[in-house]
Amino acid sequence: MFDGAALWEVLSLRDYNTRLVILCSLLLGAASGPMGAYFLLRRRSLMGDVLSHATLPGVALAFLLSVWLGGGGKSLPLLLTGAAITGLLGCGAVQFIRDHTRIKDDAAMGIVLSVFFGAGVVLLGFIQSMPQGSAAGLESFIYGKTASMVRGDFSLLSGVALVVLFVPFLLFKEFRLLCFDEGFAVVQGWPVKWLDALLLGLLTLIVVAGLQAVGLILIIAFLVIPAASARFWTERLDYMLVLSAFFGGLSGWMGASLSALAPGLPSGALIVLVATAGFLLSLVFGLERGLFIRLIWGKVRQGRGAVL
Amino acid sequence: MEWYAIDSWIVLVGVLAAAACALPGNFLVLQRMSLMGDAISHSVLPGLAIAFMVTQARSSIAMFVGAALAGLLTALLTNWISRLAKVDRGASMGIVFTSFFALGLLLIVRAADHVDLDPGCVLYGAMELAPLDVAWTLNVVGQVLEVPRAVLVLGAVFCLNLGIVFLFFKELCVASFDPDMARAQGIPVAFLFNGLMALVAITTVAAFEAVGSILVIAMLIVPPSAAYLLTRRLSAMILVSMLLAGISAFLGHLGALLFPSWLGFTGTSTSGMMAVAAGFLFFLTILFSPTGGLLRRKYKNNV
Repeated sequence: MFDGAALWEVLSLRDYNTRLVILCSLLLGAASGPMGAYFLLRRRSLMGDVLSHATLPGVALAFLLSVWLGGGGKSLPLLLTGAAITGLLGCGAVQFIRDHTRIKDDAAMGIVLSVFFGAGVVLLGFIQSMPQGSAAGLESFIYGKTASMVRGDFSLLSGVALVVLFVPFLLFKEFRLLCFDEGFAVVQGWPVKWLDALLLGLLTLIVVAGLQAVGLILIIAFLVIPAASARFWTERLDYMLVLSAFFGGLSGWMGASLSALAPGLPSGALIVLVATAGFLLSLVFGLERGLFIRLIWGKVRQGRGAVL
Repeated sequence: MEWYAIDSWIVLVGVLAAAACALPGNFLVLQRMSLMGDAISHSVLPGLAIAFMVTQARSSIAMFVGAALAGLLTALLTNWISRLAKVDRGASMGIVFTSFFALGLLLIVRAADHVDLDPGCVLYGAMELAPLDVAWTLNVVGQVLEVPRAVLVLGAVFCLNLGIVFLFFKELCVASFDPDMARAQGIPVAFLFNGLMALVAITTVAAFEAVGSILVIAMLIVPPSAAYLLTRRLSAMILVSMLLAGISAFLGHLGALLFPSWLGFTGTSTSGMMAVAAGFLFFLTILFSPTGGLLRRKYKNNV
């Protein structure tokens, strides 16, 4: 299936389109990894899932607004802004429910996900009933295709990836406190709410940029799997951040390269499966919490003790 | 606005689906697995693909079995990974469903290029069309009743859920609130949990086809969460959640009939509107709940 020349062609990134796809996947994976690590430690891994569903009403509203203003409705910056706004609103709603009721985090996330997505479906229903009927293609915004990225996607993604990679390292100490001892951070006088909001804002950036480039499932997988894999190898946050960026980037690069070698296979799916393989390897062989090492230490106690 | 027989059927389908989902949803909320519906809605894909590859036809029974098995496997794997590998439940759920979805995509592309398996169809569900699929024509005192297939399927699932929750109520109650005590009493907690997940998988898959996943995901979580705020007794919570689910289905259909014309459109998605209605009721509950509502607390503070 793979001959040497084709392999070299892909690995050397000579083909323009291949290069674009591989670099974008690598960057997105590397940027999502550390974000995912922070959210994993806050036990909100699926926040990316919630956010990506909560963008739908924003996309639809932005579309309606631009049609109402007389535009064609397909202006990407406007759609992305709409997506980011309702995404942030969704995050705010999760936070509100968590702070003001006895509802637990996971249920708050589920409520926001389903109600926002439901509202999005309702708005899409409005759009589909419009006589202009220019809704075609709006859905492919949500189910983006990795293999059809263009130069604009790359510039947007690399800008976002840089910000998302840079800020968490800059605010490493603050975010560490937020993850491990929120109560202590409050007592110490840190602006916990703002830090939380900043973290969610960064997540929104990466989700919105990633959604239209690579699609919903891949961005969720990037935010969950590399961080969970990294957790098996270390107990230190700084190592974990670096490792999850590495795992994310590696699965993006390998998956996209595989898909370039085997045309016709969806690259997003391949990237997810490469990341899953990495997770399974880490689960078994991870040096800190892997099954193997715990077996050696006689530490396999099913379902006991803290989960994290 | 005019109300036709078809509207009554749509509301009935919605109410049955909503109540059938809310029943096991109570336990998902209590066990902090609320996002299971969302996870299953993505992870049924390989089940559908494999069922298609095995039978080489789009028989709905095989598809149903494949999808339900994939859903059950998602729940079991999530639990297994989070316990064995000590990974947070949300994370292990995310890993399992994204991997399943990716696997499903790959299977579909590899094995069945020509198949018309439209994910959008599964996701949004054509609830408005459910009454057109008539399974049964009844003649009741001179009036012809055309019972849609969805009503029969969802009615059966609802009765199954109601029966199981009723039969094992005591065990489910203890196992949800105090698993250790349940184990000490000799209740097979793991078995009960797996059975519950099987119930969730069957319910979601049966309802997906008729009403679309968005309604299912919403009804599994939103009415039980509102009920959770309104009462502290499990039996009351289950009853209230079913009631709220039914009301949201009704309000949702009403909204889908009324809103579009007010805003100058011709129609919209009924199941999406039902999810929004459930969200609206939840919002009202947050504000006005007599036990812990925001208004009540504010009032108390002022006094």
